[in-house]
Amino acid sequence: MVTIKQTSMPALHDMCSLSLTVNGQHYERRVPARLLLSDFLRHELHLTGTHVGCEHGVCGCCTILLNGEAVRSCLMLAVQADGMDLTTIEGFASSQEPLHPIQQAFQEKHALQCGFCTPGIIVSVHALLREHPMPTEEEIRHGLSGNLCRCTGYQNIVAAVKCAAVYLADQETTHSRNENNK
Amino acid sequence: MATRWFGAPVQRNEDPRLLRGQGLYVDDIDLPGMLHAAVLRSPYAHAKIVRIDTQAASNLPGVHLVLTATDLGEVLEPSPLLIPHPALTHPRTQLPLALHEVRYVGEAVAFVVADSRYLAEDALELIDVAYEPLPVVHSLATASAPDAPLVHEDVQGNVAAHLLQSVGNPDEVLANAPHVIRETLQMERGAAMPMECRGIVARWDHYEQMLTCWISTQAPIPIRNGLAAIFHLPEHKVRVIAPDVGGGFGAKIMLFYPEEILTPFATMRLGRPVKWIEDRRENFISTNQERGQLHEVEYAFDDQGVLLAVRDVFLHDTGAYTPYGIIVPIITSCSLPGPYRLKHYASDCQALYTNKVPVSPYRGAGRPHAVFVMERIMDRIALELQMDRLEVRARNFIRPDEFPWDVGLVYQDGGPTRYDSGNYQAALDKLKLALDYDTFATRQAEARVQGRYLGLGIGYYVEGTSIGPYEGAHVRVEPDGRVFVATGVTSQGQSHQTVFAQIVADQLGIEPQAVLVATGDTQAFNWGVGTFASRAATVAGSAVHLAAVKVRKKIQALAAELFEASAEDIELAEGKVFVKGAPQRALTLGQLAIKANPLRYTYGESARTLAAMNLAAARPGPALPPERDAPGLEADGFYSPPHGSFASGVHGAIIEVDPATGMVSFIKYVAVHDCGHLINPLVVEGQVHGGVAQGIGGAFFERLVYDDTAQLLSSTFMDYLIPTAAEIPDITVEHIETPSPLNPLGMKGVGEAGVIPVAALFASALDDALSPWHIRIREMPLHPCRLHELLQEARCHKAVLPLATEKPGAPTENCH
Amino acid sequence: MKPPQFQYCAPGVLDEALGLLDQCGTDAKILAGGQSLIPLLNVRLVAPLYLVDINRVAALDYIDARENHLAVGAIVRQRSVEQSPVVRQRHPLLIEAITYIGHMQIRNRGTLAGSIVHADPAAELPALLCCLDGEIVARSSTGERIIKAEQFFTDYLTTTLDAREIVTEIRLPWLPPQAGWACIEFTRRAGDYALAGAIAVVVPTPAGTCQSARISYFGIAATPVRGYEIEQMLIGTTLDDAILQAAAHAAESLVQDDLSDIHATSTYRRALTAEATRRVLRTAWQRCQNRS
Ligand SMILES: Cc1cc2nc3c(=O)[nH]c(=O)nc-3n(C[C@H](O)[C@H](O)[C@H](O)COP(=O)(O)OP(=O)(O)OC[C@H]3O[C@@H](n4cnc5c(N)ncnc54)[C@H](O)[C@@H]3O)c2cc1C
Ligand code: FES
Ligand code: FES
Repeated sequence: MVTIKQTSMPALHDMCSLSLTVNGQHYERRVPARLLLSDFLRHELHLTGTHVGCEHGVCGCCTILLNGEAVRSCLMLAVQADGMDLTTIEGFASSQEPLHPIQQAFQEKHALQCGFCTPGIIVSVHALLREHPMPTEEEIRHGLSGNLCRCTGYQNIVAAVKCAAVYLADQETTHSRNENNK
Repeated sequence: MATRWFGAPVQRNEDPRLLRGQGLYVDDIDLPGMLHAAVLRSPYAHAKIVRIDTQAASNLPGVHLVLTATDLGEVLEPSPLLIPHPALTHPRTQLPLALHEVRYVGEAVAFVVADSRYLAEDALELIDVAYEPLPVVHSLATASAPDAPLVHEDVQGNVAAHLLQSVGNPDEVLANAPHVIRETLQMERGAAMPMECRGIVARWDHYEQMLTCWISTQAPIPIRNGLAAIFHLPEHKVRVIAPDVGGGFGAKIMLFYPEEILTPFATMRLGRPVKWIEDRRENFISTNQERGQLHEVEYAFDDQGVLLAVRDVFLHDTGAYTPYGIIVPIITSCSLPGPYRLKHYASDCQALYTNKVPVSPYRGAGRPHAVFVMERIMDRIALELQMDRLEVRARNFIRPDEFPWDVGLVYQDGGPTRYDSGNYQAALDKLKLALDYDTFATRQAEARVQGRYLGLGIGYYVEGTSIGPYEGAHVRVEPDGRVFVATGVTSQGQSHQTVFAQIVADQLGIEPQAVLVATGDTQAFNWGVGTFASRAATVAGSAVHLAAVKVRKKIQALAAELFEASAEDIELAEGKVFVKGAPQRALTLGQLAIKANPLRYTYGESARTLAAMNLAAARPGPALPPERDAPGLEADGFYSPPHGSFASGVHGAIIEVDPATGMVSFIKYVAVHDCGHLINPLVVEGQVHGGVAQGIGGAFFERLVYDDTAQLLSSTFMDYLIPTAAEIPDITVEHIETPSPLNPLGMKGVGEAGVIPVAALFASALDDALSPWHIRIREMPLHPCRLHELLQEARCHKAVLPLATEKPGAPTENCH
Repeated sequence: MKPPQFQYCAPGVLDEALGLLDQCGTDAKILAGGQSLIPLLNVRLVAPLYLVDINRVAALDYIDARENHLAVGAIVRQRSVEQSPVVRQRHPLLIEAITYIGHMQIRNRGTLAGSIVHADPAAELPALLCCLDGEIVARSSTGERIIKAEQFFTDYLTTTLDAREIVTEIRLPWLPPQAGWACIEFTRRAGDYALAGAIAVVVPTPAGTCQSARISYFGIAATPVRGYEIEQMLIGTTLDDAILQAAAHAAESLVQDDLSDIHATSTYRRALTAEATRRVLRTAWQRCQNRS
């Protein structure tokens, strides 16, 4: 049996402060407690590449990386991201940089049409390929099942994931070769 | 032309932006001082509004405006009837906000504008509406019952329209034919469900007296015209922009959705920008739907399997209003004959009001129903005569030498249903090969021995595409050498920024990447209709082509003058213009654009180079002689097709059914498609893949289930099951190209095609897989539970089902 | 779809969280992974005045392989369990059940405890807990109690947990080394909640007959359902086709009669339950045969 210490209670608030890192940049804001993380990213930080398609966790358009893990930003409060490190689609390649290998594969395989689902899918694919660097067809299709796309029928997305896996592996080999040559 | 971009698998111009998350969708627009709106929607399918109390909502801090119908003044007008038709005797359209009565769950009742969407939704909860529920029409069966409640008090029998069309003498043929069958076939509602819901940002600029609206729509120009009329503004003082649109599939061709009037109204009232973004819950109950029809079809055939006559009497669920007229059932009626030589055909359609979301086209627009009916007929003939299913179809095809083929019906555009070209047998032959059709029976038999049930299904369709009235385009070369194209059609993912660029690139001897295409901004191009009916690439593409040809001619004429050569000898390649055989002395397009403007002041590097070149001096006389017409290298092109062009295709699939669970998986899927000349095969195949996926969703996963008070029970993505990558198979796409003689590039539309034959094909495959139980599918969509139920019924009956005169079995239990 | 207004706090210590619950009573909700609660907030189906976020209570973040059971702290993500080497090695049934839950993105936030407290009858983990006779550790400001799975689930989304209690730990007993196990479910799409599903553990005797069996179901009633009668039927048999058929038949009667929704009637659920019974027992039995 544990005895309960009488501590002074932490206070409840409807406005909260948060500080977090998004795509390597630090932000501090005061926000309503009920503000969804998706809305925070889109409308407070103007990172509008993260899209919102359902706000109940199914479509995957709002997928981002939270401390490296793919999560739904519509199913988190912004305050919950306090102190965390986030990556959104904007963190994959800025307009000055060349496309990320996953993005490049998506373009080559015509894996997007309207593009609304695309940022969420690219984020998910990033997580998928980290777990399965050379995924099987089944792993790809299962790994994509948390993202709906209404335009493409998925076939070209699956092809793009296969292609991206190869690009990333090549990049990895080149990278380690360069490291070894140093 | 040095390179031919037309037909090449060019990567898309729009991708780098979209891939980086730099697309601009409506909800991405954030204007200074912007306010946020939310809509209060009716919780009842049919009710009188007794009283609305908005006091508490108005008093909530942060709320700027609460509107109900009575606040709208002269804007409280029913939305315009888009496409009147003589058969549509009782059209009814919706008010921006309901006044005395609501007629579907989701109908807009009040509009709140507040500092944030969160606050606006808080305010909605404070609005108190007293409703007096009225009897509800939740299905076609209720709507057509003799004592049916009325959706509109003054519309007897709920009949919005009664459309009769016929060719030949079906009555006589049906009376005397060797085989006559009568069946009831049913299709229920589905929804477009683009990943981006609808939305609008409206801004009133007091200084310019100008209204600007960014709308997630497929029809910015008609909306601009309408808004100008509603708000008494000159058309050039209303700008409507469809920025990047996250899918539309027909649902966004509809206008006016109430919010498209209310948001501009609010911004003009408040003098601050206002944003309204539809959320997914709203999308389920306020964005138009489609596909509810009930067909009583009677058909006659001879011993050889030749279809002799069809009489199709059907009811069409039009929802609570008819903003889009009766386009959908007209298309059904005209599409039913498909690729077959049907000489005697009568179609009798009643469009009935129900207390559900209004109906307007959703990808396929009435065609999946028609193909379902016709292809069920073909399969049934094969079954009755114990003939091969493909052979029956072959015996009925219109032959290649019979084009143009007049079906004898009036199409949705008011023109004839006249097939311009096609080769139906060729596509079927391709399909047979790709499916390995000849060995399938053996594979099927082997699988059955192991207790596995394989089925092969096919679905053939002819699709009227590329209808008028017209589209236009503007092509312009700027002095810095960049080429701009603007057209009135919008893109919701159909790759217009690429395919139009390809068309222009071919004419101007440049790369598609160098062409900047603006779509869907009324300021960039003023004329046009919109993206629907698989028409944008073909109709606007033809206009783009015509404009580009004019610009090319201007370039050639001007260069001929400057190089003192003849215009026919001027070549355009790699962004340069030169005399044939002398590419070393060349002008860039930009330099020519400078020269095309007889202005005395020129700027920049190109201008200096020009001065140094030894070009012919300006001619004496007026700087712009009549043959030069206007300064600059630009031109408009307009294209107006004589009538629609008819694409076609056949899909085939092999499925496996688990009779224990009713679960189905796709083993192979092949789509053979004929859309005339392809602009970009990557894009065409993508359109087909997406269409098929939507078709599979609509046939087996997605169901809009209403209870008997017309409440939608499947109103989330947890219940409305859009298939994921794990459910959709790979689709093999094969092409046949029979060019259309109707437009300069021989194209036909492809946007909707993929979805059209899927329901028919799925039914065909299920019948085949479940033939040991003599199952005949007569309804769509299906789901495992229903399939299991059909199997149970069949198991109970054991005996061979009497196949003639059958209705879809009523569910034995309430499975909705 | 935006959450209603509430007051929020994310205490770092359990006692603070318990104190807050004491203060706020039924006006408060606990926020764990949020994968069930936030959708409900977004559609305003729940509107708590206070939200107590337990994600910062670091002391609840542990996976502990104890002698008799695996103990999982309340804020451990389903995905952390799935990727935990000790769980992968010692509790493969939990891995099999967990990977059926939603999608990787959902499991990255959703907690094991949250799923159990949420008590969706179609969810995998409550049924697993029942199958294994697991336990729920709940704390309130007045003390701790340990609730048996059997006694925890009372109705659709309803448990015996008090509004002032926080679940701190879930205890999942280990399987005997010779056991065979399986989790099987029928869904419409990858990642959906099950239309019906079953979880089974069978333990063979050295002679190759069934010494003991456990089977539980999800998606077939208002709570997870244990098939005690079926378990008894299996003992002493070799799970041949006739027994599986009898078990499948018995399973049908476990399906609640009025359980029709838009995806499945109860008749259909009975068919799926029968089929799930056959498949789950066959797989479980095969797995223990493979082991020996
Ligand atoms: C798209 C999608 C698909 C899904 N598919 C599945 C699926 O197939 N199978 C499945 O089982 N689940 C599924 N889920 C639900 C998911 O597993 C949830 O994570 C889980 O049900 C709840 O866990 P949570 O940690 O997210 O809890 P929350 O959402 O944070 O809380 C859920 C409820 O439990 C209470 N609660 C949580 N933790 C505690 C605690 N420690 N003490 C007391 N009360 C507590 C909360 O107050 C709340 O009432 C899905 C969710 C989504 C969005
Ligand atoms: S918006 Fe988050 S999952 Fe759909
Ligand atoms: S590309 Fe449009 S939703 Fe995927």
